[in-house]
Amino acid sequence: MGSRLKPAATNPIITRSKRRNMPKDPSIRKVMVIGSGPIVIGQAAEFDYAGTQACRALKEEGVQVVLINSNPATIMTDTEIADRVYIEPLTVEFAERVIARERPDGLLPTLGGQTGLNLAAQLAEAGILDKYDLRLLGTPLSAIQKAEDRELFRETMHAIGEPVPESWIVESEEQLREVAKICPYPAIVRPAYTLGGTGGGVAYNEEELLQIGRLGMNLSMRHQVLVERCLLGWKEIEYEVMRDAANTCITVCNMENLDPMGVHTGDSIVVAPSQTLTDKEYHMLRTASLNIIRALGIEGGCNVQLALDPNSFQYYVIEVNPRVSRSSALASKATGYPIARVAAKIAIGLHLDEIENAVTKKTKACFEPALDYVVVKFPRWPFDKFVTADRRIGTQMKATGEVMSIDRTFEGALMKAIRSLEIGAIGLTRRGVAALSDMQIEEGLAVATDERIFIVAEAFRRGMMVEEVAQISSIDPWFLEKIRQLVEMETRLRLHARELRDLIQNPCNGHPAAELLRTAKGKGFPDAMLADIAGVDELALRRARKALGIEPVYKMVDTCAAEFEAETPYYYSSYEQGESG
Amino acid sequence: MRALLALEDGVTFEGEAIGAPGTVVGEVVFNTGMTGYQEILTDPSYAGQIVTLTYPLIGNYGINEEDDESRQVQVSALVVRQVCEHPSNWRARWSLREHLQAKGIPGIHGIDTRALTRRLRAAGVMMGILTTELTREEALRHLQASPRYDQFNYVRMVTTPEPYVWDVEGMKPVDAPVLPDTRYRITLLDCGLKYNILRRFAALGSRVTVLPCTATAEDVLATAPDGVALSPGPGDPALLSDIVAQVRRLVGKVPLFGICLGNQLVGAAFGAKTFKLKFGHRGCNHPVKDLRSGQVTITSQNHGYAVDPSGLEPGMEVWQINLNDGTVEGLRHTSLPIFTLQYHPEASPGPRDSDPYFAEFLRLIDESRG
Repeated sequence: MGSRLKPAATNPIITRSKRRNMPKDPSIRKVMVIGSGPIVIGQAAEFDYAGTQACRALKEEGVQVVLINSNPATIMTDTEIADRVYIEPLTVEFAERVIARERPDGLLPTLGGQTGLNLAAQLAEAGILDKYDLRLLGTPLSAIQKAEDRELFRETMHAIGEPVPESWIVESEEQLREVAKICPYPAIVRPAYTLGGTGGGVAYNEEELLQIGRLGMNLSMRHQVLVERCLLGWKEIEYEVMRDAANTCITVCNMENLDPMGVHTGDSIVVAPSQTLTDKEYHMLRTASLNIIRALGIEGGCNVQLALDPNSFQYYVIEVNPRVSRSSALASKATGYPIARVAAKIAIGLHLDEIENAVTKKTKACFEPALDYVVVKFPRWPFDKFVTADRRIGTQMKATGEVMSIDRTFEGALMKAIRSLEIGAIGLTRRGVAALSDMQIEEGLAVATDERIFIVAEAFRRGMMVEEVAQISSIDPWFLEKIRQLVEMETRLRLHARELRDLIQNPCNGHPAAELLRTAKGKGFPDAMLADIAGVDELALRRARKALGIEPVYKMVDTCAAEFEAETPYYYSSYEQGESG
Repeated sequence: MRALLALEDGVTFEGEAIGAPGTVVGEVVFNTGMTGYQEILTDPSYAGQIVTLTYPLIGNYGINEEDDESRQVQVSALVVRQVCEHPSNWRARWSLREHLQAKGIPGIHGIDTRALTRRLRAAGVMMGILTTELTREEALRHLQASPRYDQFNYVRMVTTPEPYVWDVEGMKPVDAPVLPDTRYRITLLDCGLKYNILRRFAALGSRVTVLPCTATAEDVLATAPDGVALSPGPGDPALLSDIVAQVRRLVGKVPLFGICLGNQLVGAAFGAKTFKLKFGHRGCNHPVKDLRSGQVTITSQNHGYAVDPSGLEPGMEVWQINLNDGTVEGLRHTSLPIFTLQYHPEASPGPRDSDPYFAEFLRLIDESRG
C-alpha cells in the first residue's frame, strides 16, 4: 500500500491509531498494579487472571505498567505482561520503595483481590499516596469502605431504599425481650465472639428466641448476640455489574445458586444465567444491583449478592464485593465478557461506549451479554486430601477450586461439570452413597455437604418425589426435576442394557436402541458410563456411536447469542442435532 | 408429534410440536432476551411473526396470570430449543406447552435455534412456515403461495375495537369516574400497545384513554388530553399513511410521545421515510446513546423497521442512536413538546433503565401547561 511509504507524521491512518492508543486521561502514563500474593482458600488464581488481563489492557492504551506481587507462580509476573515487575512482599514498606523508585501516576488496587485492596488502604492511611502524588485509580477508597463496612453499607442501602436484612445487637435481657416482640420469624441468633459460632440457632417464635438468645449471651465472651432475619432457604442470586465514570451501568450476567441461602456462594453449585426467575424478578434484582453500584460510586466491576423469597417478590441485599472477584472470573468465562480488562480501562478514564467488545470486534463493551447456553460452576473441595475434615458446607468457604462447564442444556452442563471435578465420578453416582440408609439420605438432603448432589440423585433412585426433596433441601424444584430426569434416563438405560449392547455390536440407525443412545448423549451421559451400563468396552461404544453419526457439535461463546459475528475462537461442545458455529 | 419449520430459502428444521397442531406462515425473527417469553408471546408487535428465542431453555418459570402484555397471545408461532415441562415459580399456573395448546398457537422445540439464528443473521429475516401436517415440499409450496409479512396491515388487526380507560385500578369503561388524585389525562392511540405502558402512566398519576388506531385527530382532541402517546405496533409503517396524516394534525396542538412504532409514525409525520432492518432489533441488551447527554442506556427492543433521518424536517432532530449500528433510537423536537423512542421504556420484558422517560413526558406536559 502506498500510504505505508509516507512518513509517519503525515500518514492519517497512523495518526488516528496513535490517538486511539492514548489513554483517555493523558496525565496517567504509568500505573502500578498490585497483585494478590499467595493463593489461599477463598482467594485463588482468579486474581492472577484478572491482573494479567488488566496489565494487558493498560498496555494496549499506551500506559506503562509496574507490577508488584510476591507470588512467582503467576502469569502476571511474566516479564512480557507488565513493563516492570517487582517480586516483593505486599507490605506498605516494600510498596513504598517501589513507588519511590518508579514514581507511577496511578495505583490500581481493585484487581488483586482483598490483598490488593487492603494494601492500597494502608498506603492511603500512611500518607504514601499523598507523599508521592499517586492517584488511586478505579473505585475510590470511600466507595470500597461503603461496601465493606457493615454500618456504612446499611446506611447507604437505607438511603436508596434497598432492603437489607433487619438485625439487632442484643446485650441484655431487656433488649432481648424487646427484640423478641418486634423481630420477624424465623430469626437467626448469632452469639458474638464464640468459637465456631456455638450457641447460635434459628428461632421460630418469641419463646424460642428468648431461650436461644439467653444461651447465646451466656456463651458469648461479650455477653452479646446478633438477631437477624433468617433467610435460610431463600434463592441466592448474584449480579455482576459494571459502572464507568460517566455513570453508565451494565450487568454482565446474573447467576443463580443451586444451593439456597446458607451455603457460601464459593461452596455452591452456581448456574448462569438464572433459571427460575421470571422477567419481573430478573429485572427487579437487576435494577436493584444497578442502583447499588451507582450509590456506592464504584468505577469498574462489582458483584452484588441478593436473597429472593421463593414465594414472593421480597428480596434483600446480602453483600457487595466492590472489586473483581471469584464471581467475576466466572462471569467473564461464562459470558465471554472480559470484566477485568474493561475494569482496567474504566480505571484510566475510558467510558464503556469507548471500549471495544473484544469478542465481536464490531460492537462496544457497553452492552449486556446474551447467553444461548447454560453455564454450571461446581466447587472442588479438598476433602479427598483431608479425610477427617468436617464435610458440611455453610457460610465459611471450604472449596479450594472450581470447575465450569457449558452446554445447551442444564443436564449436559451438569454432567460435564461432575466429570471435570476429577473426583472419580463420571455421573451422578458416588462411592458410598448407595450404601447409606434412607435416614442418612434424608439427613444428607437437609445438611449441605460436598456430596449432596449425589445424595439427591440417590433419593430419586429410591423413589422420593421432587416435592419431598425440595421440602427437605430447599433446593428449587426446577433443578431437582432435571436431576430426577437424569436418574430416570439412567434407569431407562439399565432397563435396555441388552438392546444397547446389541446396538453397539451392530450399529445401525434403524435399531430400537439408537434413539435411546442419541437421547442419552443429548442429556450429557459420558461414553464411559454408557459402556459400563451396556457391559461393553468404552472404545467399542465410542466406535459404534460414531458409526451412528452421534457426535458433538462445537458452538461458540460470542456474548451476543449469534446476533453478530464473533472473532474470538471460544467454544463448547454439545450433543445436539445441528451445526457447529 | 413432529413439526417442521421451513424457511423461504429452502432451509428446514425438524423438531417436536409443542403447541396446537396445524400450519402457520409468518416472518421468522429471533429475540436474544434470556427471560420474558410470556411478555414476548403477548406483545402485539410480534403479530404475524414466527418468533425464535435464542436462549435454549424456555418455559422454566411457566406462565402466570399477571404477566400478559395484551389480551391474547400475539405471535404466529414459537420456536425454542428445549421446552420445560415442569416449570418452577411461585406464580406459575400453566406450563408453556399447555398454554400454547390452550391458545391454539403452534410451536416447535428440539431444533438448533442457534443455527436458525445464524441463518437469519446472515440472510436477514425471511418468511417461514411451521407445520405439523405438511411434508417439506408441500410446506415450501404453501409458503411460496402465501402473502408476505409486509403486505398486511397488522395494526388494524391488533388495535382495540373500542375505546377504554386505564388508571391505577386497571382497565375501565370510558365513562368511569375520574379518580380524585388524577394529575394527567393521557390519550393513547393503540396500534398494538403493551399493558405496561398503561401501568407505568397510571402509576405516575395518569388516567389513560385508549383509542383505536382509526381515531382521527379530532377524536383524539375531543378527549381533552394533556398529552398524546403513540403506541408500539406490528408491521411495515409505510402502510400506515392514514395514521401519519392524523399525527401530523396533532403536531403543535398537544405534547406527543412516540414509542417504537410511534417513533416511526412521528418521524414520518415530520417527513422521514422508514426502512426495513436486515434482522431487526429484538432483545433486552441494546445500548442506546443519548446524543445530548452522552449517556448510554441498555434498552429493551423489538422492531424490524427504522427511521431514515435524512428526510426529517427542520426542528426535528435525532436524539438517540443505537450504539451497535448507529440507527435512530429517538427523536426530539427543538421547540415543540415532542419526543420519541424506538425502544421500550415500559420494559416488560427487559431492563427498566429508561422508565424515567414516562416521568419526563409528564414534566414536558407540566412545562407546556406553563
